[in-house]
Amino acid sequence: MNDPLLLQLLTGITIGLGAGYLGAFMVLKRMSLVGDALSHVALPGIALALLLHINPFIGAFAALTIAVIGIWTLEQRTNLPSETLVGIFFTISLALGLLLTPEPELLEALFGDIAKIGPADLFIAILAVGITFGVMSYARKGFILSIISSDLAKASGIAVRHIHFLFLMLVALIVALGLNVAGTLLMGSLVIIPAAAAKNLASNMFSYTWMASILGGVAAGAGILLAYFYNFSPGPMVVLAGGVIFLLTLFSQNTRL
Amino acid sequence: MAVNHLSVRFERDVLKDVSFRVNRGDVLAIVGPNGSGKSVLLRALLGLVPHEGDVEWSGNPKIGYVPQKLAIEHTFPLSVREFMQLKEPSHEKIIELLRSVGLGDHDSYHLHHHILNQRLGLLSGGQFQRVMVAWSLADHPDILLYDEPTSGVDVGGEETIYTLLDKMRRQHNLTLILVSHDLNIVYKYANTVMCLNQSMICYGVPQEVLDPAALTKLYGGQTSFYQHHHE
Repeated sequence: MNDPLLLQLLTGITIGLGAGYLGAFMVLKRMSLVGDALSHVALPGIALALLLHINPFIGAFAALTIAVIGIWTLEQRTNLPSETLVGIFFTISLALGLLLTPEPELLEALFGDIAKIGPADLFIAILAVGITFGVMSYARKGFILSIISSDLAKASGIAVRHIHFLFLMLVALIVALGLNVAGTLLMGSLVIIPAAAAKNLASNMFSYTWMASILGGVAAGAGILLAYFYNFSPGPMVVLAGGVIFLLTLFSQNTRL
Repeated sequence: MAVNHLSVRFERDVLKDVSFRVNRGDVLAIVGPNGSGKSVLLRALLGLVPHEGDVEWSGNPKIGYVPQKLAIEHTFPLSVREFMQLKEPSHEKIIELLRSVGLGDHDSYHLHHHILNQRLGLLSGGQFQRVMVAWSLADHPDILLYDEPTSGVDVGGEETIYTLLDKMRRQHNLTLILVSHDLNIVYKYANTVMCLNQSMICYGVPQEVLDPAALTKLYGGQTSFYQHHHE
């Protein structure tokens, strides 16, 4: 894997596929902005990883795991909606992260820099995306049923709370991965935009989830290529490529009034 | 099933000291104004909300449940086929279930293109209720809890969904507990009625307990009821 562009492309596309697929369920769960806010929670983790000279993914994932456990526990014990809790964690973490991150690395942490990744990052991406696909396929029925009616899911014997926790952990995993590509500020778009575009096109769950995944991969690949050839920063280009795909899907039959 | 002194409290009392029994093959209709705790009672029976008091089931019956609504809007990308597959993997059995609830009256082209491949959120109110009944019957429940939607099903549609539930009850030897807003339905299909407004106001055979005094207490004001007969 000596070609840096190929490495970036493979890693970016793998992350795009996973983010699109998981994002499809997040959009249905009305958690679109949770991914966005959670990505900011990763900032203090990235900062600590940079200070300790370890892979930023590990720091980001550790910070996100702590946040997810905190949010999930508070959700069970208080009546506050996850939106509010994520909002609280998000702002506190952002403040902490901004204080902790060394200034030269701040821009990289905020916007991501896929040019800096190594083969280990591709390996981590393949493993994490594989886990995401595996878990989602295994618990697919429970996920879908708990989205359409948690009462119906519980009455059917599905452990809705555990499923929700599992889902939040997958979100943490994918968000931590995506930070390499899009950074803490733009990561949310990697999960939201492909799913929103797929929703404009698909008429059933199967085509919706796979279309979101493929569009996520296409946006990541196209963004990285455009950034490489026109010398732009890859993160914003990936987001813009996703945006163009979304705009094109607006002309589909599903969205006509 | 025996329910003893069931109470549910969220921020205020939602259900207070409700006790009743349901025997195998019974049709119990629960009536009451909006916010009287009807849906909460069904959810408490299923163990979905914290409650005081006992809910005792004899044996270990399988319980089917049709909630009042699902969290789906018309763009929700879930087809009827995929919804049914959440419970029943066999295509043939899905077709059989949908036909049994009256959704396959037309040719199989209609069933495949306008029902099976249709998004759940795009069905008409009546079709949606039928799909929900088919879904709840897929794993052969002994008892079905049916929470009637407050809107979206026209009067004609409501009538036929109850005819269907009654037919299913006979065919599958079901016990039915249903929340209803229409007293005509109660007279026609239920052998027991419970009037509920946080606490139990009346309970018994509809023709005996649904008197003007009970209805006034239940709905307030000058409520009266004209029972018309369906042929």
